[in-house]
Amino acid sequence: MTHLTDLTIKQALDAMEKGEFTSVELTQAHIDAMQAAQDLNAYIVETPELALEQAAASDARRKTGEAGLLEGIPMAMKDLYCTKGVQTTAASKILKGFKPEYESTVSQNMLNEGMVMLGKANLDEFAMGSANITSHYGDVINPWKRQGDDTNLVPGGSSGGSAAAVAARIAMGATGTDTGGSIRQPAAFCGITGIKPTYGRCSRWGIIAFASSLDQAGSFARTVEDNAIMLQAMAGHDPKDGTSVNTPVPNYREALTGDVKGLRIGVPKEYRVDGMPEEVLALWEKGIDWLKEAGAEIVEISLPHTKYALPTYYVIAPAECSSNLSRYDGIRFGQRIDEGGSLDDLYELTRGDGFGDEVKRRIMIGTYVLSAGYYDAYYNKARKVRQLIHNDFTDAYQKVDAILTPTAPSAAFGIGENTEDPVTMYLNDVFTVPASLAGMPGLSLPAGLDKNGLPLGLQIIGRPFDEETVFKVSGLIEEAAQFTAQPQMTASKRAA
Amino acid sequence: MSIDKDTVKKVSRLARIRLTDEEMENFPGEIDGIMNWIEQLAEVDTDNVQPLTSVVDMQMQMRKDEVTDGDCRDAVLANAPETTEGFFVVPKVVE
Repeated sequence: MTHLTDLTIKQALDAMEKGEFTSVELTQAHIDAMQAAQDLNAYIVETPELALEQAAASDARRKTGEAGLLEGIPMAMKDLYCTKGVQTTAASKILKGFKPEYESTVSQNMLNEGMVMLGKANLDEFAMGSANITSHYGDVINPWKRQGDDTNLVPGGSSGGSAAAVAARIAMGATGTDTGGSIRQPAAFCGITGIKPTYGRCSRWGIIAFASSLDQAGSFARTVEDNAIMLQAMAGHDPKDGTSVNTPVPNYREALTGDVKGLRIGVPKEYRVDGMPEEVLALWEKGIDWLKEAGAEIVEISLPHTKYALPTYYVIAPAECSSNLSRYDGIRFGQRIDEGGSLDDLYELTRGDGFGDEVKRRIMIGTYVLSAGYYDAYYNKARKVRQLIHNDFTDAYQKVDAILTPTAPSAAFGIGENTEDPVTMYLNDVFTVPASLAGMPGLSLPAGLDKNGLPLGLQIIGRPFDEETVFKVSGLIEEAAQFTAQPQMTASKRAA
Repeated sequence: MSIDKDTVKKVSRLARIRLTDEEMENFPGEIDGIMNWIEQLAEVDTDNVQPLTSVVDMQMQMRKDEVTDGDCRDAVLANAPETTEGFFVVPKVVE
């Protein structure tokens, strides 16, 4: 018999509709699996009682014929989303114990569609990181291992707990946020599918801010279709977020026709970076072949400012974070350290103790590039280069309908590797940051394994608000790739 | 331009972050490395380029100037480290 934890969201929805099992049964199976997998450290807070309550309410709704898009599906919520009455920390010490009095718009949308919340997923502190090794609540372990090697691998970041939970079958889907690659890179590292929609597609209200001009909510699941179902529930205009766009949300599942005939797919020559492993290049070629065989037209394109995307990002994101994180002052919420000194002492002590190293580094860089005398040289310069990067994409979309690239320059690496200096870690996001700076939608899906048996992802980038083409192309690649490999540490393997 | 200890000290004051001795030791080199890497942006010709202000082509929406929220003092104060009689408590700032 198939374990309930191995089903896709679509399969579970169909089975519950037919009465094969209840949400309470499905949820209990996931709670058991989640509790047996605490070694992965994918969750900061588990909410089993709440989940069972929500599942029972969901079963009651389904009986009355009022099933929502996510009716009764147990999921993980990245601990960057404020959840009413449930501790929300952004993986930071400074927010330990913080229980929001309100619910983020996206998580509320999901609750309205019947979601069951299993808990709050671990992440890099304030979503700053590419390996989930900056969380105050400990590293997240990737459920995948290299063949014949027991080294613990990183799940990617910043949404590492979300990606690890979905890959390990201890959540059917999970929310993430993506500022420079924080959904797409962990999806690739964990062998699952994740989408960052267009900037403005999902409300940012109630999601703890990192870099507001880049942050965007998105989803993780094990299939393209499951992501389409999730995004359908998450997306939509919200008057409480001034950058949320008031444009209709199309039916994403209807885009999964598998028909890419005549679509023009761009392959950017600048993404062939030095030192990229042969197998990443080979997988990219495979992706190109699959699309060609299906009747798409492959077009070589140029995104000439690609090489400047990372340094641009590492001016803009820290600048915005230094402003956004000024609210953690020890007065209104979060921890306070007061040694009886002045107000400034209180601020400095509270923030010095509450923030981890990477967060401090980024606040410092942001403060520096925004400070008098450097604002034009760094911040304005970066915003100008960002415009050029945006223009690169706009020009490319004159010739193509979507863009195909690898998601990351390597497979998952070991915990402790790539930490010699901060810039080495930043290079992980070389293929995901450009689309973030340009606000374009991007999806990563697993398409093959490397020589160590670890998953590798392909990324499909689309035009603004054209997630439909992204889903369509991804669906075709998913069908062609037939990626069925599973991590060593899944719920059903543990149970066996 | 190189980031030295004095610069780090000054920026940490601006950012209101008290650094430990170890951080004071490590940050200048690390931040200097990052800033040197960022320096490559200087090669890009940005004459006649306007700074990007929004990735999405949209008009900011106006809304009616009316109260839509409020009367939730206790909720606002619920997570504060220290409150008294409906106020946040801070160290004395005026003698």
